[in-house]
Amino acid sequence: MRVSVITFPGSNCDHDAQEAFAYYGHKSRLIWHKDRDLQNPDLVVLPGGFSYGDYLRCGALARFSPIVEEVMAFAKKGGLILGICNGFQILTECGLLPGTLLRNIGLDFICQHQYIRVEDNNTAFTHQIPEGTVMDIPIAHKEGNYFCSDEILKELQDNHQIVFRYCDKQGNINAEYNPNGSRENIAGICNRTRNILGMMPHPERAATPYVTSNDGGKIFAALEEYFNLN
Amino acid sequence: MLVAKIFVCLKPNVLDPQGKAVCNSLQQLGYTNVIEARVSKYIELTFDSDNEESIWKETDKICQELLANPNTEHYWFTLENKEESQS
Repeated sequence: MRVSVITFPGSNCDHDAQEAFAYYGHKSRLIWHKDRDLQNPDLVVLPGGFSYGDYLRCGALARFSPIVEEVMAFAKKGGLILGICNGFQILTECGLLPGTLLRNIGLDFICQHQYIRVEDNNTAFTHQIPEGTVMDIPIAHKEGNYFCSDEILKELQDNHQIVFRYCDKQGNINAEYNPNGSRENIAGICNRTRNILGMMPHPERAATPYVTSNDGGKIFAALEEYFNLN
Repeated sequence: MLVAKIFVCLKPNVLDPQGKAVCNSLQQLGYTNVIEARVSKYIELTFDSDNEESIWKETDKICQELLANPNTEHYWFTLENKEESQS
């Protein structure tokens, strides 16, 4: 796969993402936010970090970077886009994903290992991962509290757009295992056409043998499987 | 010159953890009459124009396009002359 990772001013997980994809044998490159060429990718990654210092609202200013116009056009054509953490926030601010990421309910910046459950595997990002699989993937955010209206929540549920939810080690989902107050323990969602995924957990930080969990690698492997089939 | 004084607030149905923390702190300080706090943003924009009608429309558009997130926030604003707003 050809992977283009966008670097915004303030991105700090761009190199991690690039290296994680490279570890899985993909051709991954960094694209500066002022460029206008995505360099013909199969997948665009909007990485974690603090684009534009999180000024105004997280992700709100990144959508005015020149490269985002190209990302929007790529999305319209059905191109695969993965937004991680701040990347998820940017996707909601661009209107590519519904809802908003609000301040964590406890106000703290949370940096910890986190169990999430795969709710839907009808996406390129979760292809062939059995639904119900529990993965240990770290989170690191202060604004990860997913919020949406009742109408949007119903749409997400009806269209199976909830891809990951926070859970315990056994896969139980309840308020106790919700780290940030997200509606319905939502940790990741996709768009209706299923080519765009936003998630707060960081799969690129759990994808190589050098770290304690490799569960994020399942997403990288899923993408590869999907790409080889298509 | 006109100055737009803009308030951007979380909608009433959106939980405001910052407001909740402020409210708790005030109660701990003994201000027990305070039962709710909501934390908002205040933004000032200065325009090189005195045309209230067009600046009103422009400010409204700016709020919708950037300053407020329609999913979770609402906004209101006033327009003042620069001299008035400094006094």
